[in-house]
Amino acid sequence: MAASVVSRPQQKTTAPAGLLVAPAIIALVLWMVVPLAMAIWFACQRYNLLSPDNREFVGVQNFVYVLTDSSLWISIGITLMLVMSVLVITIGLGTLLAVLFNQEFAGRGVARVLAISPFFVMPTVSALIWKNMLMHPVNGLFAQVTRGLGLGAIDWFADLPLLAIIIIVSWQWLPFALLILLTSIQSLDTDQMEAARMDGANALALFRFVVLPHLSRAIAVVAMIETIFFLAIFAEIFVTTAGGPGLATTNLAYYIYLKALLEFDVGGASAGGLIAVVLANIIAIFLMRSVARNLDT
Amino acid sequence: MATVTLRNIHKSYGDNEVIKGVDLDIDDREFVVFVGPSGCGKSTLLRMIAGLEDITAGELLVDGERMNEVPPDKRGLAMVFQTYALYPHMSVAENMAFSLRLAGMSKAKRWERAKEVARTLQLEPLLDRKPKALSGGQRQRVAIGRALVRNPRVFLFDEPLSNLDAALRVQMRLELSSLHDSLQSTMIYVTHDQVEAMTLADKIVVLQGGVVEQVGSPLELYHHPNNLFVAGFIGSPKMNFLPVMTTGVQDSGTNVRLPGDAVVTVPVQPKMLMVGDRATLGIRPEHLRIDANNPTVMGEVLVVERLGGETYLYVKIAGGDTFIVQADGDSRAKVRDHVPIYIDGHLCHLFNADGLAVPQAERHHLTLSTPEVSQTQASHQTYAQHPQSSQTD
Repeated sequence: MAASVVSRPQQKTTAPAGLLVAPAIIALVLWMVVPLAMAIWFACQRYNLLSPDNREFVGVQNFVYVLTDSSLWISIGITLMLVMSVLVITIGLGTLLAVLFNQEFAGRGVARVLAISPFFVMPTVSALIWKNMLMHPVNGLFAQVTRGLGLGAIDWFADLPLLAIIIIVSWQWLPFALLILLTSIQSLDTDQMEAARMDGANALALFRFVVLPHLSRAIAVVAMIETIFFLAIFAEIFVTTAGGPGLATTNLAYYIYLKALLEFDVGGASAGGLIAVVLANIIAIFLMRSVARNLDT
Repeated sequence: MATVTLRNIHKSYGDNEVIKGVDLDIDDREFVVFVGPSGCGKSTLLRMIAGLEDITAGELLVDGERMNEVPPDKRGLAMVFQTYALYPHMSVAENMAFSLRLAGMSKAKRWERAKEVARTLQLEPLLDRKPKALSGGQRQRVAIGRALVRNPRVFLFDEPLSNLDAALRVQMRLELSSLHDSLQSTMIYVTHDQVEAMTLADKIVVLQGGVVEQVGSPLELYHHPNNLFVAGFIGSPKMNFLPVMTTGVQDSGTNVRLPGDAVVTVPVQPKMLMVGDRATLGIRPEHLRIDANNPTVMGEVLVVERLGGETYLYVKIAGGDTFIVQADGDSRAKVRDHVPIYIDGHLCHLFNADGLAVPQAERHHLTLSTPEVSQTQASHQTYAQHPQSSQTD
């Protein structure tokens, strides 16, 4: 009954409403469908920029070639590893820091600004700073400190390349997690904390039973947004390790870059790009469902 | 089974002193209401008893034990918050059993206990719901349930009804009253609503500016206010005040002259006021009568408020002061009418130039049986143990 009452006026307005939203829909279609169609089109071509004239339709051959390429699977594995580790580090540390920065202490305002500032450094610059000033085996601060302690130096980008990338990206994104989680913590009702204190909760129980459940929504949002960006990490890898040594730091984005601009294989790169789209969609569906459930409660 | 004793309690935030020395004895099974205007310190006082605020100076005793340094959960008190402060991600049952969970009680046991409490509060069908799926009254009941589960020595209520609508407030007030009746435990209740204070309290503590103005039973405060503040605060609409001049002092009463030259004899204890002293006459709207046969003063009606059952007349009397008169619901008085007002000296209060009440010659008959409770009451009474134990055990 209620549904029919609601739906009738909607039907009446369909035609003019459709007309009115048409510009937006057309823009969206152009924006999304055209590049996607072009990617699919190129993915079905043999098209190498080294011999641009030798171009023909090859169907799914590019996909077969890319999917049987072991380096694609390695890069997917590295992508997932990178995304998961940075998520765990930023959200874990971000939550702890948010609780910390929510306490009253002298100079809290300044400390907050400083804690958030890495987010304003652009990825290339921060990667260069980490590469040349911190992690460099000869000039880097870390090496000088460890050598000063007689421990020798770690050549980060040669020995622990993926860990080095994870550290750099975590440093950049920790402020983002901190910012979102801190604002969320500030919206926590103090009465609830006091009620829990009267119920006998110590600091740990307060965190576990009151603060963490309150933060769950913000954590889900941070995870979703960060995942979108972490799937496409490029600058940090390009500046520091260039995907190496070997394929040790080649993620999906960098793999596509290698295909397109080092092998000049436009068809293979497009096929890889489409695989990345599928992968991103799988993760997105998974995330959206968990986040949406979280937002609901 | 619990008494609460406050000994010269102070609270300061930096240089700002908000509680300026409160002494109070709360007997076992007593329902005590802290009442006062906003910012008077009543909530702060309650939070200090709860342990949520530190006590700057003075001593807090529960059952004779010093509690100043005891953490909130170890004081054996339970608090109901104005905002309910339910845990939004927990079901009603989990909310109520949370303290037991923290205490390490087994799941089956605490479930049993939560159910038991839910039964007394008619919350059983709601046990699996989340707080957001409850109405305001139900949330309030869960908050009370959460306090009940802990079997506290003393219940603390911080304006628990102020977030409810008027009808629900009346209903919850009755429920709280019967809850106190059945539990027979000590309760401390903070409110700014004097109707709640009058109806619920065994003892009302009127606070202003961090100081206790008066402690007493509701009727004591109504009939024998200590000073102008209490007289004005208790009762609605508030008491009418009029500056008067003392013209005669006899054993039977004191004569005062109103601004319009009418004279009223108030039966207060003699020798408290001298002839020629300035004083304030107080009389409640419900004690003024429109009486054509026996008018004390004449007045012009400025505003008429008809509530159906009664009518409030705002009357400007000779001398320029405005009186609120509670007249009959059928009163025909109209704006700009001139009405005769009869002031019965026996129903008047007199306050000296310092605003302190001049004691009445006779105490009101309803306040005679209750022992006078004042802030200077001897403390030995507080420690008397009562034989009955609370029924929640």
